[in-house]
Amino acid sequence: MPVTVRVPTALRKFTGNKELVEAQGANIKELIDNLEAGYPGMRARLCDDGGNLRRFINIFVDGEDIRFLNGPDTELAEGREVSIVPSIAGG
Amino acid sequence: MDTAAALFGGFTEEQIRRYGRHIILPEIGGQGQRRLLDSRVLLIGAGGLGSPNALYLGAAGIGTIGIVDDDVVESSNLQRQVAHTTADIGRSKVESAAEAIRAINPDVNVITYKTRITSANALDIIRDYDLVVDGCDSFATRYLVNDACVMLGRTDIYGSIFRFEGQVSVFAPRQGPCYRCLFPQPPPAGMVPTCQEAGVLGILPGIVGLMQANEAVKHLLGIGRTLAGRLLLFDALDMSFRTMTVRRDPQCPVCGDNPEITELIDYEEFCDVHF
Repeated sequence: MPVTVRVPTALRKFTGNKELVEAQGANIKELIDNLEAGYPGMRARLCDDGGNLRRFINIFVDGEDIRFLNGPDTELAEGREVSIVPSIAGG
Repeated sequence: MDTAAALFGGFTEEQIRRYGRHIILPEIGGQGQRRLLDSRVLLIGAGGLGSPNALYLGAAGIGTIGIVDDDVVESSNLQRQVAHTTADIGRSKVESAAEAIRAINPDVNVITYKTRITSANALDIIRDYDLVVDGCDSFATRYLVNDACVMLGRTDIYGSIFRFEGQVSVFAPRQGPCYRCLFPQPPPAGMVPTCQEAGVLGILPGIVGLMQANEAVKHLLGIGRTLAGRLLLFDALDMSFRTMTVRRDPQCPVCGDNPEITELIDYEEFCDVHF
């Protein structure tokens, strides 16, 4: 089931500069596996060596932070929009 | 109070003229303008985000504006830091910004702090203000300012920028989430490039900074719906605005139910400005 993933500027070098990509996944964990398969290098930016989502990157599904849903097990359905939102500090 | 001021509800004739477009708005009125004049707002940083905040909050008649920055104006700042001019190169940013505010509105009492905000001075500086506008340029300072605001119960109007992207939110302690509820920890050094390394569209901090100023005024006046509990994401290339829900995290290390962080932390050794 394809979902739309919004990729932040900092990660667009992995997606050929594309802001929106389609990817498959029944949940966030699978989605990250599939993103890595399609855009090698993404996983290391999103997850630490232990496979946990980095604490300065948030993933939102339809505007809701997955940390307050089911974390990496948060289920996805067709048409959902997944946003990757890293912390930025420029001022 | 002079006779004219007594006649116009505490405003001088000049103030009635200056703030007339505010005063005729039912949402602001004379009472709201008086509240702005009685407000104290602290700007962390007098750079890309601090500049539009300084100019517009000054013009709006915020009675006291504090500005914290230890930098001097460089020519590479002038592409976006509009409170400073070419003639200001080499001057302290806080002095330059203070002069710009006073030139727009002599009603504003500007207080300058030519220093870097640290764990040693943050509480003492922030304590004197009603509201903080965070326009700094490092993760270390953002976490420090957030934690100090939580400890003191001050609202932090958050804005940050990167290349063509901006983020804005309002962190109101004890009413909603804080910065650490959104991003619990700063990234390790080297994981995230700075604007210095990655570049930034000069117009971007103008747009993002003015959204902060708008939230600051709304918060002070208690009007409208602020971005408390929401993170606004702005993409200047796509011209898109999206909002994400931000929830208070009961496990938050600083504003959670059992906070682990009870003293301010200087993150410099872990993540300084040389990302």
